[in-house]
Amino acid sequence: MLAYIIRRMFQSVIVLLVVGLVAFSMFRFVGDPVDNMLGQERTQADIERLRTDLGLDQPFPVQYFKFLQGAVQGNFGVSYRQGRPVATIIAERAPATLELAFVSGLFAISLGIALGVFTAIRRQGVAANVIMTLSLIGVSLPTFLIGILLIYVFSVELDWLPSFGRGDTVMVGNWSTGFLTTSGIKALILPSITLGLYQMTLIMRLVRSEMLEVLRADYIRFARARGLSERTVNFRHALRNTLVPVITVTGLQLGAIIAFAIITETVFQWPGVGLLFINAVQFVDIPVMAAYLMLISVLFVTINLIVDLLYYAIDPRLRVDGRTA
Amino acid sequence: MEPVLSVRDLVVEIPTRHGVLRPVDHVSYDLAPGEILGVVGESGAGKSMTGNAVIGLLDRPAHIAGGEILLKGQRIDNLPRSRMRRIRGKEIGMVFQDPLTSLNPLLPIGDQLSETIETHLGVSHSQARRRALAALEEVGIPAAADRLDSYPHEFSGGMRQRVVIALALCAEPSLVIADEPTTALDVSVQAQIIALLKRLCRDHGTSVILVTHDMGVIAEAADRVAVMYAGQLAEIGPVQKVLTTPRHPYTDGLVGSMPANSHGQARLRQIPGTMPRLTAIPSGCAFNPRCPQAQDRCRHDPRPQIENGAACWFPLGEPA
Repeated sequence: MLAYIIRRMFQSVIVLLVVGLVAFSMFRFVGDPVDNMLGQERTQADIERLRTDLGLDQPFPVQYFKFLQGAVQGNFGVSYRQGRPVATIIAERAPATLELAFVSGLFAISLGIALGVFTAIRRQGVAANVIMTLSLIGVSLPTFLIGILLIYVFSVELDWLPSFGRGDTVMVGNWSTGFLTTSGIKALILPSITLGLYQMTLIMRLVRSEMLEVLRADYIRFARARGLSERTVNFRHALRNTLVPVITVTGLQLGAIIAFAIITETVFQWPGVGLLFINAVQFVDIPVMAAYLMLISVLFVTINLIVDLLYYAIDPRLRVDGRTA
Repeated sequence: MEPVLSVRDLVVEIPTRHGVLRPVDHVSYDLAPGEILGVVGESGAGKSMTGNAVIGLLDRPAHIAGGEILLKGQRIDNLPRSRMRRIRGKEIGMVFQDPLTSLNPLLPIGDQLSETIETHLGVSHSQARRRALAALEEVGIPAAADRLDSYPHEFSGGMRQRVVIALALCAEPSLVIADEPTTALDVSVQAQIIALLKRLCRDHGTSVILVTHDMGVIAEAADRVAVMYAGQLAEIGPVQKVLTTPRHPYTDGLVGSMPANSHGQARLRQIPGTMPRLTAIPSGCAFNPRCPQAQDRCRHDPRPQIENGAACWFPLGEPA
């Protein structure tokens, strides 16, 4: 088990190096940061000096190596636009994105599984069919459109919830949280739904189809034949057996929730890392972009590792140390 | 003695777009306490469907469309779902064909046993564990105490079927429906499982409906045998009598096609043709197109009722 984790960690490092390399080489094509940083009145000497200061005159492998050197020490350089360390900027912004991702992930998983089970058990029912039809909308509508529709209904027409920002936040240590104020919680609702709706419908449809599959299995018939209650059959026996594929997809989708928060954060002007990234792209702020991409890939790699470990927790057949008869 | 189970004119129907199918058509039989009734027939003869109807596990849209099922004199075919659930496992146990798929792969077998025991006997968890252990020992799982926390995949097929039998019997039901319990097993294990089932049911006085298409298993285990053809009972009677002097031509064909009865001939005997599909059951006696003795009456008169154990106008062993 430990050997497996170490092997996976090693693989993860390679993945991160490759992501870093790809990301870094892409930045050579997004534009010249110097154009943005110097005003109209620049001279050739100014440009050369700035290039030397930023290290942009050095060959690509050297730049990449320097970036990696800093990255392992938690130093991602200084933002070209804000002139402050990238690590500090991201640390300021991360709580907003993580809280948003947490709430929408929670929303997607809990409602997705609950509705998935419901529509599978009552697959002939009217309510289940209505939910299934509505879920098509969730799967097919683009995120920004959902956000705009929600803002129109709940902010503009009904005026119940704010249309942008995080509301009031409270600092808990270095973490700015919106969970402790009413306006903070109200501000979370619309963006969380917007961000999690696609994942929610995806999880729900997946749980449903897996449940329908498992409910036909012999061991479910046998569980019924033993007179176990419907609840035990549906949850203890059926739902558990759907979890392995569901966890795979859910894990990837949780990564996607954080990575694709960019769109939702733009629509709701949410002060998180996604919005930071968009602004960085406009300004060719290479250190910020590089740090963001590395962060996202660390996140995906970690989630994947956790998902693999969860398989072991759920499915005893995968445990290699098991005894055999 | 009052029968444990009485099936009276049971009809199971499946409505389809092309009309109503009848996989079980007016089947009646009684089962005495401790008796083993073998039910034989080809695939699709309605053997399993009858068993599923008795335990109330027909898959929709199949449903009981007529007749009665009485358990110890009480009707159970019209019970509400929650009452029927309490009968399943407690009064009627069931053993399925494939032990590899009948156990939940994610739960230790001890948990599957104790949840069943707790559900029906209302005992504490630790008591249920003790009973689960006793049940495993009774079905002959070696080192049962160490195997309570083992998962199904850690057992061989034969051992798993023993676990399945322990599960079916752990709440002491008065009737067990064993649906092809040996079909998926190695030949070498089949006899052990049948012997185990026989011994347990004799010890506990449990009646068994043994559904199979294997005449050898019937001869080995059953007290009485019911032969089904196209959803109907063709013949029913004591095993010895039915196997040695079959009265229905279909039973005669089945018995004749057992390899042991071919007496070293190069080719095994077989019944010509195949069983009709449910959508095209012939008029008159359902067996008439394949029957060597068929006469006009078999083709035109309504199907014969069971008389003296056989549903045939011209039973064998009687002057025509």
